[in-house]
Amino acid sequence: MSNSIFGKRSYDMIAFVLLAALILVVLPLTLDAFRLNLVGKYLTYSFVALGLVLCWGYTGILSLGQGVFFGLGGYCMAMFLKLEASSVANTKIQSTPGIPDFMDWNQITALPTYWIPFQSLTFTLVAVILVPCFMAFVLSYAMFKRRVGGVYFAIITQALSAVMTILIIGQQGYTGGVNGITDLRTLNGWDIRPDSSKIILYFVCCALLLGCILLGRFVLTSKLGRILVAIRDKEDRVRFSGYDVANFKVFIFCLASIFAAIGGAMFTLQVGFMSPSFVGIVPSIEMVIFCAVGGRHSLVGAVAGALLINYGKTLFSESFPELWLFAMGGLFIAVVLAFPRGLAGLLTDQVMPWVTRLRIRKSGGSPSVSPSPAE
Amino acid sequence: MANETDFLLALESVTVSFDGFKAVNDLNLYIDKGELRVIIGPNGAGKTTVLDLICGRTKLSSGSIKFKNEEISTLKEQQIVRRGIGRKFQTPSIYEDLTVFENLELSFPRGREVFGALFWNRANEIVERVREIAEMIYLADHLDRSAETLSHGQKQWLEIGMLLIQDPELLMLDEPVAGMSVSERAKTAALLNTIIKNRSVVVIEHDMKFVESIAHRVTVLHQGKVLAEGDMEKIHADSRVKEVYLGH
Repeated sequence: MSNSIFGKRSYDMIAFVLLAALILVVLPLTLDAFRLNLVGKYLTYSFVALGLVLCWGYTGILSLGQGVFFGLGGYCMAMFLKLEASSVANTKIQSTPGIPDFMDWNQITALPTYWIPFQSLTFTLVAVILVPCFMAFVLSYAMFKRRVGGVYFAIITQALSAVMTILIIGQQGYTGGVNGITDLRTLNGWDIRPDSSKIILYFVCCALLLGCILLGRFVLTSKLGRILVAIRDKEDRVRFSGYDVANFKVFIFCLASIFAAIGGAMFTLQVGFMSPSFVGIVPSIEMVIFCAVGGRHSLVGAVAGALLINYGKTLFSESFPELWLFAMGGLFIAVVLAFPRGLAGLLTDQVMPWVTRLRIRKSGGSPSVSPSPAE
Repeated sequence: MANETDFLLALESVTVSFDGFKAVNDLNLYIDKGELRVIIGPNGAGKTTVLDLICGRTKLSSGSIKFKNEEISTLKEQQIVRRGIGRKFQTPSIYEDLTVFENLELSFPRGREVFGALFWNRANEIVERVREIAEMIYLADHLDRSAETLSHGQKQWLEIGMLLIQDPELLMLDEPVAGMSVSERAKTAALLNTIIKNRSVVVIEHDMKFVESIAHRVTVLHQGKVLAEGDMEKIHADSRVKEVYLGH
């Protein structure tokens, strides 16, 4: 059964295959290890953009605090890596060997209790998912059950990202403060720093990203996806169709936070550190822009948006560093004013119909734009 | 007054005030099983507020609302819906971004929990039911159309269809023929006459001709109170009703 907004399923699949070909084949073959690692870093942001497609594009929940979940995922991973890098042998010059260096600098003499479980990789991997998800659950449950939504939700999530940054910076002895957690070396004994490891991590990142896209697609094409659209459209009516709207919003917000957290963990692994500058207001809003430019109604579009903007950012800031913020601001305004459905929308609404018309003209057939009758 | 337990819906001494203004004032209203009740009254009489109260959209200040002898005034909207009360809004309230089929499918009373919806299986039985309802609401040929492209009248029917597929025991319709053409009105009256079987219906309507074509009993509201109640003839003969409503 075809329908209005999911009717572009064939485009979706083509876009997915093109994206997979691009990141799995084209880029690894054409870029050097340094550039490929940069792409890997951009791809970690696109996990966040994917989550925003789910909760903002489809459900209408704008979150300006996705950096918090990205950061929590990243910090969980960084805590494990840091503990592994802080073995007694590696840190014997410290006054308390065996604890992370920044703790030692801050006169902390024993590993804090909540750091201890992060010595286990299994626990860490579970925490990467569950810690951000739990936080998202508490926040969204409290708000959506009270029917706080729209711009109020956006403001509170933004406040959350500010609070989180201040907390991390303020608790320097426990979090590494403004410098973040740096000097990460090995994952279960496997050195993550050489180029060969980075290439493997890049492919892991790609695989996870493609998996998340497929999972997102599964959610959006299920009945739940249509309920999300209905909530965006007429929240009240959904209640009067017998649904508990808050539960659906909590679910999709938690899923978006999990996507962001996976991105954060992959960021830590590929870039080799995590710091509060990826948690705060600015990165959180940047991630919304990635999603908006790519197309907030398209999963693949959001990934493309994250890649393109970051590519532009690197390009621009290598040559005109002071102009970059203006360029991005201008781009965002242009998107909102001129093509609110983003690049993906531009492609499916403008370019594809044009291509179709061209094909029809060539084959001499008549345009078939009349509404299709019921089966 | 008959034994209270006989009523499907009973509103007793219901009052709701918005900042001191009593939109509904000490109202008593009883709906029987299988009854079709029309509520009329001048603007601001509290008609829509009464429906809002029943379906949980507005909370009452005092009084009680019992549905099948269960107090429902403390329940949430979706819980009231699940008890078997359906509500149509004054302006068509449908999901414009979805197709007619999807609008009806979402209203089907199953898979209402998050994971039920995620692993929803569009079974034949559901497709059949959607078709059946679409037939009734004159939209069988438009199932794949996006709801936003429907005409105003078709949107009204779609919303009625979304209620029907829930199979509620009590159906509440707020001005179902507002903004409809003459032929659409006739079709809607026919539709209402088929769907009122086996359920109770409360209709708010201004169009007296339409009211006369469907009504069993009429309640006249005025300033949040019941002014008169009875069959059409009795209402027409009532001098107070003439004064506040029918007269002009």
